[in-house]
Order: sequence, then structure tokens, then C-alpha cells
Amino acid sequence: MEAAAVWSDAGDGMFKVPAGAFRALAERLRKEEGFDFLRSLTGMDWGEEGLGCVYHLENTSTGENIVLATADPDRDNAALPSVHDLWKGALINEREAYDFFGIKFIGHPDLRRFFLRDDWKGYPLRKDYDMSLNPLNMENEGNEDEAPGYEMTPDGGYILKRHPLFEEEEYVINIGPQHPATHGVLRFRVSLEGETIKKIDVHSGYIHRGIEKLCESMTYPQTLGFTDRLDYLGAMQNRHALCACIEKAMGLEVSERIQYIRTIMDELQRIDSHLLFIACLCQDMGALEVFFLGFRDREKVLDILEQTTGGRLIQTYNTIGGVQADIHPDFVRKTKEFIKYMRPKLREYHDIFTGNVIARNRLIGTGVLSREDAISFGATGGTGRASGWACDVRKRHPYAMYGKVDFQEITFTEGDCFARYMVRVKEIEQSLNIIEQLVDNIPEGEWQMKVKPVIKLPEGAWYTAVEGSRGEFGVYLESRGDKSPYRLKFRSTGLPLVSCIDTISRNAKIADLIAIGGTLDYVVPDIDR
Amino acid sequence: MKRNVNIKSMKYEDFNDNEYIEQMLKELRDNGTNVIVGCLDNVIEWGRSNSLWPLTFATSCCGIEFMAIGAARYDFARFGFEVARSSPRQADFIMVAGTITHKMAPVLRRLYDQMADPKYVIATGGCAISGGPFKNSYHVVDGVDKIIPVDVYIPGCPPRPEAMLYGLMQLQRKVKAQRFLGGLNKGISEKEYEKLMREDTNKVEDYKEYDESGLA
Amino acid sequence: MFDFGIITGWIHTQLTSLMPEGLAIFLECVLIGICLLLLYVVIAIIMIYMERKVCAAFQCRLGPTRVGPWGSIQVICDVFKMLTKEIISIRHSDRFLYNLAPYIVILASVMAFACLPISRGLEILDFNVGVLFLMAASSIGIVGILLAGWSSNSKYSLIGAMRSGAQMISYELSVGLSILTIVVLTDTMQFSEIVMRQADGWFIFKGHIPAVIAFIIYLIAGNAEVNRGPFDLPEAESELTAGYHTEYSGMHFGLFYVAEFVNLFIISGIAATIFLGGWMPLHIPGLDGFNAVMDAIPGFIWFFAKAFFVVWLLMWIKWTFPRLRIDQILTLEWKYLVPIGLLNLLLMVIVVVFNLHF
Repeated sequence: MEAAAVWSDAGDGMFKVPAGAFRALAERLRKEEGFDFLRSLTGMDWGEEGLGCVYHLENTSTGENIVLATADPDRDNAALPSVHDLWKGALINEREAYDFFGIKFIGHPDLRRFFLRDDWKGYPLRKDYDMSLNPLNMENEGNEDEAPGYEMTPDGGYILKRHPLFEEEEYVINIGPQHPATHGVLRFRVSLEGETIKKIDVHSGYIHRGIEKLCESMTYPQTLGFTDRLDYLGAMQNRHALCACIEKAMGLEVSERIQYIRTIMDELQRIDSHLLFIACLCQDMGALEVFFLGFRDREKVLDILEQTTGGRLIQTYNTIGGVQADIHPDFVRKTKEFIKYMRPKLREYHDIFTGNVIARNRLIGTGVLSREDAISFGATGGTGRASGWACDVRKRHPYAMYGKVDFQEITFTEGDCFARYMVRVKEIEQSLNIIEQLVDNIPEGEWQMKVKPVIKLPEGAWYTAVEGSRGEFGVYLESRGDKSPYRLKFRSTGLPLVSCIDTISRNAKIADLIAIGGTLDYVVPDIDR
Repeated sequence: MKRNVNIKSMKYEDFNDNEYIEQMLKELRDNGTNVIVGCLDNVIEWGRSNSLWPLTFATSCCGIEFMAIGAARYDFARFGFEVARSSPRQADFIMVAGTITHKMAPVLRRLYDQMADPKYVIATGGCAISGGPFKNSYHVVDGVDKIIPVDVYIPGCPPRPEAMLYGLMQLQRKVKAQRFLGGLNKGISEKEYEKLMREDTNKVEDYKEYDESGLA
Repeated sequence: MFDFGIITGWIHTQLTSLMPEGLAIFLECVLIGICLLLLYVVIAIIMIYMERKVCAAFQCRLGPTRVGPWGSIQVICDVFKMLTKEIISIRHSDRFLYNLAPYIVILASVMAFACLPISRGLEILDFNVGVLFLMAASSIGIVGILLAGWSSNSKYSLIGAMRSGAQMISYELSVGLSILTIVVLTDTMQFSEIVMRQADGWFIFKGHIPAVIAFIIYLIAGNAEVNRGPFDLPEAESELTAGYHTEYSGMHFGLFYVAEFVNLFIISGIAATIFLGGWMPLHIPGLDGFNAVMDAIPGFIWFFAKAFFVVWLLMWIKWTFPRLRIDQILTLEWKYLVPIGLLNLLLMVIVVVFNLHF
């Protein structure tokens, strides 16, 4: 390790690197040491120490992990070197950090705001942000056709340059934020040539609710409520991640019964999410019948979940050190009935949609994402696995009961829409397998460990990831020993998926964009947080 | 004219907020019109209340439940809400399902403006009603009624599909208690409406060169 | 089979006995026009109701149930709603063309509708070049759609209209070719005559292989021509929100909506007329008792039953199949359907020349 890097031991531990030495170190890690996956990039406001970033890196061939942190003490003009050329995933993540903290990334080609309006004043996640700066502005937002970027000058400073996004004569259409195909309020500006897509500019933030900032003023149990509302189709897994992270920081080991319940619930949630994925994809593609089949089967899952948790969508089930309530007496029987019901139903989807010649023609070969790109963008979950990248957190870093159950990680090599669709359909089967192995053997024990009413975490930083419904969902938690977190960052599962949409849909047709968007399977509130 | 605000196979007493409807009916009675206009109006309101087409609009969690009421188990097509239109021009009501943020607010306002009269708004879920759990956030509008007039509120986080259906029925009742001809119970008086329209037209003339074609 | 010509002839003689012939004919024209429009509206309402119920059945739902028995007057409510809805005028649009477009679409649809022979003696437009007239009249609809897309000043509408233009002009060819195949078999272009020739057997049976091929091509191409799924690209909800009629509201949109459904009925009606014997009952040679029962059913019931059967087939396809992509649609037409249609025409000529048909 570089001489300048300082090992800091609190929490998971990380290397603190001075801003000057950071770029060289990052390049070495990427090119020589093979750290090709940027798991998470977190903007930070360390007060006196300045503004900075925390980088979580992983070497996908060896599974090694490393955490780097770097900071610029000059709060008014914080500048860090950009790493977007090393990890493509940094492109959007750095824009996010610029948006929230005002850190200028030198060398970044497109440093516009990503979540907030272009005319937003101040940087909301800084500790000294004043909320009264930005009252509700009902003016319509303009369209920037130029992207600012800061470039290095030979004397060590930097200058502002403007890059055109769209040329004057390009036919740019606007898809979203209210559009049936964007699965929420995402907005694409698409440059077209006839029906062929030349470029896509993604605009986000239409459902940015500032959850991370809100968490900083709440106690740990209060923060849990927000996770369900991030990716509402992965409510269980998200909350599992945050609970696991807090438990790790507390040094609390939960009982085996809790582990079992959490695992089963995660998998039920995954089935629910994948069924909804199939339903929505088919609806977007025009096969409306399958939409209803998907929802019909999804209701069966919701029935099971509702009986125990009381919620249909927002489950609020996991708690710090346990779960909200013990499983319902009928839970085991109903789950087993559901497994029996679901397996033959999967064939119905294959009969009506997978085997359909139109569906195959539209999905096979469209929107190919290569394995390298998938890793570089950090596109995990079904999307990554369809490109041949075995990125399942359940296998990479087993948690809860996943180390002890036998299941297959579904991977394809094609990386096209059809592979992404098939991964999810097959994962439903695997989830059923996992549940089947666990549901009969749930051990007796506590369903809620003894936890103090006021939870204070020691000083340090932790990162925990779970396999969410659509990829790696990570929680980065930094504590200063208070009742509430100093910084809580959620690694969005959807953000990397959206960042690669421009790459994979170039030269595709508009109709393909619908198929690509549908198979990438993002949830917008999860992207915007 | 006696107005029938009943919903098939639902008891009148089963509804909350009956005072509100009665208030509207009283206003109707007090401002009575002649029989022919009244009859015609009755028929029109009956037709309109049974054919309210939603705009497919959802920002977050409530949107999934909105999809669920369209799907097989809850099936809002039974009540005539069948044809969910994607184009605001053809929709009758907008169901604000989910949080509205500062960035989305002008867009929502625009969507509402794009809809053809008569139009209605349902605020669905805690976020749309008051900002919900995100009330203290720097980027969340605390209550969609700050931007557009709301007809029905459906609380919940997210509301269950049954609650949404109940809210939709309340909207039906409200429509039934309105008067299409003569502009009573529209929530806005005729004069005010015309003033707004005039303002709108004047604004149009100011923005002659403004190109909105890209902002569908 | 009962001949409605008797009734119409009687009305004509009654009217001419009361007034000069010119006035009588004028009055008859008005009368027929009103009847035609009434029938058009009734068919539209039935079609929309049928669409809702059929798609609900495919989707494990109930469909409308609240208004009237089984929700049967739901569509009437929709009509009231549509009529009272505001018609929005768009800034920077070509006001005249924008308002004209829906009427062109509905005009084309009514003209094509008038060609359908509903029962013996109940033909409104029955030229000796009826097939040609139908093709000409129905293609005027494309102009309306293109105008709608162009004048709306919206990019979605424009793309939808362009797609629609490309698609409808292409598929017109296949529709024409498959109708031509039957014209070769019948050697007439008059619809009433085409039906009469099927008295001894429907053309789909008489023309055997080439007729069946033509029928299938006709169904695919006809479906595409009326922009129904899986060919509903011009108004693809998930891509273009509502395609060429994105900016239309109120009754203007209602006209597009109605025209879409009646066009579907027209396509099915033509299929019933030229392939399935129109108002001719089903006869099985040798079973005289059965044939007598079939004859007792009035002709217009036969016609509507056949037409709605085809409608049901097309609805089944629409609600099940995913949508095609624009390049796939054009590939399907130009690389497959047109060559097959041409070969099929040749085959039919051979069948006719060597008298191989039944």
C-alpha cells in the first residue's frame, strides 16, 4: 500500500488516502491489482476534515475487498480527481456526490446535477445546509444542452469547460417523467434518427426524497422505516441490510430462528418482485394477459407475507436484533402450498410468453451488455448475471442462512434482454428451492433478541450488503457514537442499471428501449432515494 | 330534483363523510333549476360518474397498489374505471400515487393543466396527502393540495386496494352530486373559472415563441 | 332466405306514389344515411362492450359489472362522458387540420362500413366494383391519421403517425392480394354477387388450400391495417403514450376510439363476407334436415355471428401477443406476406384454370 495511505481501524476499517495521492493509487488498484468493481461511492462531509468520498472496491476474480477514503479540506472549493475512466459506475456516482456535497470531480465530462434541479442552491447533504434556501419552485425546468466539466490544467489547477450534449439539428424526444414505460418517474432525453436511438441522456431525481439526509436526524430504529420505501419491491431485503449493518456495528449476533425467518422472507420478497418484473415487462411489450397472470400469482405471495407482517407492500418486519413478530401459525403450511402452486404456474409463463415468437424476436440480441461493462458499471443482480458475471451477494459474501442452503446461481453469457428475462424466471425456481429447504426446519428460539431501547453505535464505519431483488443493496453507515447515524448511505441497486442504459441502447429502436428498460428492472424510488 | 348518490351494492351509511355529500346536495337543492335541465344533468352526471378514466401516473409505492387494483383480484374495471389512459388529454382523473418532490411538482402541475375539463384529483397515500414520512425533507412537497386542488384523499402507506376502491367510490359520489350544466359544486365559481381562463390566454400570448413540443 | 329487397322495394313504391321520384330518392337517401349512422353507433357500442368483456375473460377479471345487467350499459356512460368532455385546442398546432383529422378517419370508416352486405337485399353500396371501392374508401383513413399526427405539434404523435402510415400502406397490399385471390375464384367484384356465389359452399371450403392461405394472410394483414395488437405500434401505449391521438381529448378522441373498433368490425365483416359466406347459412351436403334448420335462421344473424366470431379471434390475438417492432412489422409484410400472397394468387389462378376447386 502507498506510503501516504493511513489505515484507520474503526468499524470495518479503511485506508485514508490524501487527495493528491489518490488518483495514482486508484489507477494502480484498478490496473495492477485487479480491483475492477466499484461497489459503492459515498460522498462525505467530515466537517473539519473537509469533503470527501469513500470508495468500496472489490476484485471480482479473487473476492478481495478494500475501502478507500479521501478528502479535500477546502470546503468551498473541494475538488477530487475523477475515476470515471477506471470504473464507469463512477460516472453517475460522482455526479451524485457533486449534487449532494458540491465536490468537483476533475476530469469528469458531465458534471451536471443529477437528482436536484439545475437551479438548486447549495448542497443538501452538507452538514451546514440551510433548508430555507430552496422553497418550492413551480417554474418549469429548462433543458440544458451543454454539460459542464472541470479539466486539469498543466499548472495543477482546473478550468471549467462545456461539452455539448445534443447538437442543434438532432431530433430529441423526451420520454418521461410521466410515461408508462419508465416504470416510475425517470426521464430520458432521447436523440433519434428515424426510429433509431443515437444517444440517451438520463434525468433523475423526480422522486428524490432526501432519505439519507433525513436519516441523519433520526434514531437508529426510526431509520428502518425508510428502507422499505426505497425499493418497495425489495422491502424485506433492504431492511434486512440495514438491520444487519446496525447489528454488526453493535456486535449483536441474532438467533438462528431469526436468520431462518429473514432468509425465507427475503426469498418470498424476491419471488414477489420477479413476478412483478415479468408482469410489467409483458405489459410494456404489449402482452397484457401475462400482466394479469403475474399479478394473480403475486397476490398469493402477498397473502402469505400479509398474514405475518400485516403489510402488503411496505412490510416493516425486520427490526434491530430480530423481527417485528413471530411467524403466523399458518405460515409454514401456506408457504408450502404456495411452492406447490407456483412451480407448475411457471410453465404457464413459458407457454404464453417465453416461447412466443414475437417475444423472442424482440428480446434476443437486443440491448447487449458485455461482462466487462456490467462489472465496470457495477450492474449487479439479474442484469449482471445475465452478462455472465457471478455477482450474487448470497454467494460472494454469504449472510443469514445462504451459506448453508443449496441453490444455484443462475448465470447466462448472452447479456441480452432475453437472458435478463430468463435469469429472473429461473431465479424464481431457485428461490422456491431455498424456501423449501428452510421452511420445514425453522428452529425454535427467540424472534427478537434483547436490545436496549436507546441504541448507540460506537465510532466507526460499516458496510453491509445483501442481494436485493435487483442487485446488491448495500448500506454504508458511519457513526460518531450518537443515537443517530453521522452518515447513512444506501447503495442503490438501480442506479448502476440506469447508468448503463445509454451504452446498451445505442443504435437500438425506440421499441427496444422499452424492452431494455423493462428487463433492466429498476425501481425509480430506489435510484433517487 | 332528487339526486341519487348511491353506489350499487353499498349502503349509504357505510360511507364516511356523508355530511360533505349532503352539503353538496343541499347546495344543489337551494339552487334549483328547471326540470328539463335537471333531468339532463342527472343523466350526464350518472354517465360521468360511471366512466371515470384514470391517468396512468405513479411516482412510488402507491403506484404498485394502483396497478394491483387494475389487476385481476381487485379489478377496478368493474366500476367503469377501465381505460387507464397514458395521455393526460384523455384522462378524467389523476391519482397522485406517491411522493411529490420539488422537481416533480411543476411536472405534476403541468400534467394537471394538460388534462381536459372536467377533471379530478385523488391524493393517494400519506406522501401525497401531507408528505408522509418524508415531511421534513428538503425536497418533498408536503401535500399535493399545495399544487393542485384535491377532490378525494385516500390515507394509508400505501392504502390497501380496498381503500383505493372506496376512495374511487367517494369520487363517484362526488361527481354524482355535481351539476355539469351551470357549474355548481365544481369547487370553483364560474366567475373565478373565467378569470383563470382569461389569465391563461393572456399568458399564452406572452409566450408566443415558447416551444413546448418536446415536453410531452 | 328472406329477401329484404321486398321491404325496401315496398317502401320505394309507397314513397314514389306519394311524391315525385326525385324527392322520394332524396328522402330514401336521408333515411338510409340515418339508419347507417345508427347502425354504426350501435355496432361501435357493442364492439367496445365486447372488447371489455372478452379481454376481461382472458385476463381472469370480470370487466364492467356495475352499470346495467353485467355492465351492459357501461359504454353508454362512456358516451355521455366523452360528449361532455372539454375539447382542448393545442398551441402551435395547425388548427384546421387538427380539427379535420378525426372526421376524415370516421368518414373513411363509415364509407367502408356502408359496403358490407348485411343480409339479402340489405346492401347499401353495392357497385359492380365494390371490392375496389372498399379498398379505396378504407385507405382514406390513413390520411386522417397522418394529419392527426402532423397537426398536433407533438413528437409522439408525429412518430405514431409515421409508423401508422408506413404500416397501413404496406399492409393494404396484402389485404388487396388476399381479396384478389377470392375475386379470381368468383370472377366478380360485387359484394352481393360474391355472397350469392357461396350458396353452394363458402369460399374458404370451395377454394380449399389457396383460400385458407388467403384467409390467414387476410386476418394478419387486416389486423395490422386497423392498428390492433400485436400491430398496435402507432398508438403503442408503452412507447408513445397514445400515438397519433395523444393530443386529442373529448369527442375528437372519441371519434378515433370509435373508428378503431368499427374498423375492426369492418375487417371482420369483410372476412365473413368473402371467406365465410356472408349471410349465407352453413350447409352440409346430404344433411337435408340440418340444412333446413340452418336456412330458418335469418341472414343478418348469420352475418353478425360470423363477423363477431372473427372479431373474437382478433381480440384473442390482441390480448395475448406482445407487440412487434416497426422493422419486424415491415419485414413480415414485405419479405413474407407479400411474396406468399403473390404465389398464392398464382396458385388460385391455376386452381381456377384447371377447375380444381369444388
